[in-house]
Amino acid sequence: MTQMSGAQMLVRTLEDLGVEHLFGYPGGAVLDIFDALLQSDKIKRIICRHEQGAAHMADGYARATGRVGCCLVTSGPGATNTVTSIATAYMDSIPMVVITGQVGTGLIGTDAFQEVDTVGITRPIVKHSYLCQGATDIPKFIREAFYLASTGRPGPVVVDVPKDCVNPKRLFDYPPMQEVKMRSYNPTRLGHRGQVKRAAKLLSEAKRPVMLIGGGIVLGGASEKVRAIAEKFNLPVTSTLMGLGAFPGTHKQFLGMLGMHGTYEANEAMDKSDLIFAVGVRFDDRITNTVSKFCPAAKIIHIDVDPASISKNVPADLPIVGDADAVLGQFLDAIEEQKLEGSPDALKLWWEQIEKWRQVHCLAYKTNDELLKPQQVIEAVYKATGGKAIIATDVGQHQMFTALYHPFDKPRKLLTSGGLGTMGYGFPAAIGAKIGCPDECVCLITGDGSFQMNIQELSTCLEFNVPVKIFILDNHTLGMVRQWQTMFYGGRISSTNLNYNPDFVAVAKAYGHEGIFVEKPSELQAAVDKAFALKDKLVIVDVLCDTNEKVLPMQQFGGGMGDMFLQD
Amino acid sequence: MRHVVSILIENEAGALSRVVGLFSQRGYNIESLSVAPTEDPTLSRCTILTLGDPDEAEQITKQLHKLVDVLRVSEYDEENIGSLERELVLMKMPTPNRQIREEIRSLCQIFNARIIDVTPELYTLEYVGSSSEVDNFVETLSKCSDVLETVRSGVLGIAKGNHYMHS
Repeated sequence: MTQMSGAQMLVRTLEDLGVEHLFGYPGGAVLDIFDALLQSDKIKRIICRHEQGAAHMADGYARATGRVGCCLVTSGPGATNTVTSIATAYMDSIPMVVITGQVGTGLIGTDAFQEVDTVGITRPIVKHSYLCQGATDIPKFIREAFYLASTGRPGPVVVDVPKDCVNPKRLFDYPPMQEVKMRSYNPTRLGHRGQVKRAAKLLSEAKRPVMLIGGGIVLGGASEKVRAIAEKFNLPVTSTLMGLGAFPGTHKQFLGMLGMHGTYEANEAMDKSDLIFAVGVRFDDRITNTVSKFCPAAKIIHIDVDPASISKNVPADLPIVGDADAVLGQFLDAIEEQKLEGSPDALKLWWEQIEKWRQVHCLAYKTNDELLKPQQVIEAVYKATGGKAIIATDVGQHQMFTALYHPFDKPRKLLTSGGLGTMGYGFPAAIGAKIGCPDECVCLITGDGSFQMNIQELSTCLEFNVPVKIFILDNHTLGMVRQWQTMFYGGRISSTNLNYNPDFVAVAKAYGHEGIFVEKPSELQAAVDKAFALKDKLVIVDVLCDTNEKVLPMQQFGGGMGDMFLQD
Repeated sequence: MRHVVSILIENEAGALSRVVGLFSQRGYNIESLSVAPTEDPTLSRCTILTLGDPDEAEQITKQLHKLVDVLRVSEYDEENIGSLERELVLMKMPTPNRQIREEIRSLCQIFNARIIDVTPELYTLEYVGSSSEVDNFVETLSKCSDVLETVRSGVLGIAKGNHYMHS
């Protein structure tokens, strides 16, 4: 057996797990690990400018590639800087392993320099965490961390590594890779057969069914089966923000996103439905509006890998615990076995009703020659990329505009912080995605508020040659908060103006990139074309947008699914 | 409503803090908590008494199951699995005169409690029973003299009959 130090075992374990990209930032407690990394030709280090960026990059990498994202940061502030990113990944169930340095085991608890209780601080926002007690824990814990992060309901796992555990002078036998087994962790894969049969029957008999999909379809790789079932029974399909792309956004059976800023047809269909076939969703408060008024006529079939997500917010009539792809596979078998045909006549009437809701054209908006509407920018990006790009967003109006005006036909194309709503997520996530998928076009759609929360990573992009295209919907305000102030706070604008923005074009150039400013609607197309023509360059397109534009439709507080504010 | 939740967890650093953290993080309360290693020293058994409606109790059980360190979770209630519950109380009472000493001794006899430490100034008593029996014991004893100190173990629960929790 090869003798190795803890640091070398750490690097070797990552290599054996197939890690090709490690996002991170060096520091005192991880000096030995970074030193050992110099000897690795398999792992490429991507060094961020702020640890929050490193962990978001690992997250974006994971979302875009489906592999576990991994980052390495130092103790104390290095670790606390990743907290927002870990929480972001936790809320959206993203497989990520965060390796943090720690002071030596002998110093733990003494308030040593750059000491912080990382495991304690991150406990509520991780799937699991480890504190190594010795060098031999390192390979075991990291293997378990990757296994936990990527199986069952995925999520971030923290491995805290004290400095003495990676001491280069102390050598140990490196244990060979073997299958991870944990007696206390056995996620359910297959659904209960009887329940699946009952669900298939129920769905085939429904007169006003809606298929509701979410992030679980993306994470579980169940898109094809969703499509097969939807087409088999001619089901209308709606999706949460996290599920966009899991069913083709341009498909005629797709009603668009549902929820607070969902389409009129999606929310009305939910409200009037008699059966909701929900897979990989968790019925959070941005979906349900008032829970007591949620879809009064509907029975709910709820399939999810996490039993705690079922009947948490909305009681399920027919719960099935299991992996989305596996359960939907069983579901298709059950349809076949029982020769279920659905109810074509009832569905015909149901679709006629849905078409009437579609005729409301809830996404129509007015344009003018003076000032761009944010929606126009999203549509221009969609057109220029043929809808094939990976789009990362930040959080706010631009995020909802992207969800509504950019159809996603494939999963893993939209990277967005749905659960935690983290401003500053988008840019590093886009970088992680581009590093994981170098042949794909990666765009960031952001706002002038969000972008400034992790703008420092422009430097990372120059160092590692990451040519993402950045579209800033620049309305000189925190648009979503302003929208609420306008609609629900009597128009009192409190602290949401952004009148001291930098010249983003000059910022781009200062960091060694390209920048284009778009002031008038007539300039948009040329700017977008130019941005994409500069293939190997990062380009910031700073687009001046209408400050007063609102994201509509919007559900009314205290109402049911169908109670919405619409465009005038 | 009162729920007794029994949990089998890995006997590892940090495991208990995950269990306790889950309660505070999700807004559930802990009325009492007791934990100690089992006959298998790699495992700990934990009993938590909590209050909440049945939906909340179900969520607690599911969330506990999700913790990677947790092997088994059982909720004992009357409809589900009948359980045996015991709680231990230790209490110190001053014994200023003969009459009080006699009274305490005779009550201890009636309750089947023990006097486990004696000084010229006070008695230390030990009593085991269900939570309501312990309440009753403490209340009754407090009528005959001041109570200087009480320590309760928190509820320990185990299933009735042939049910048992296995690793």
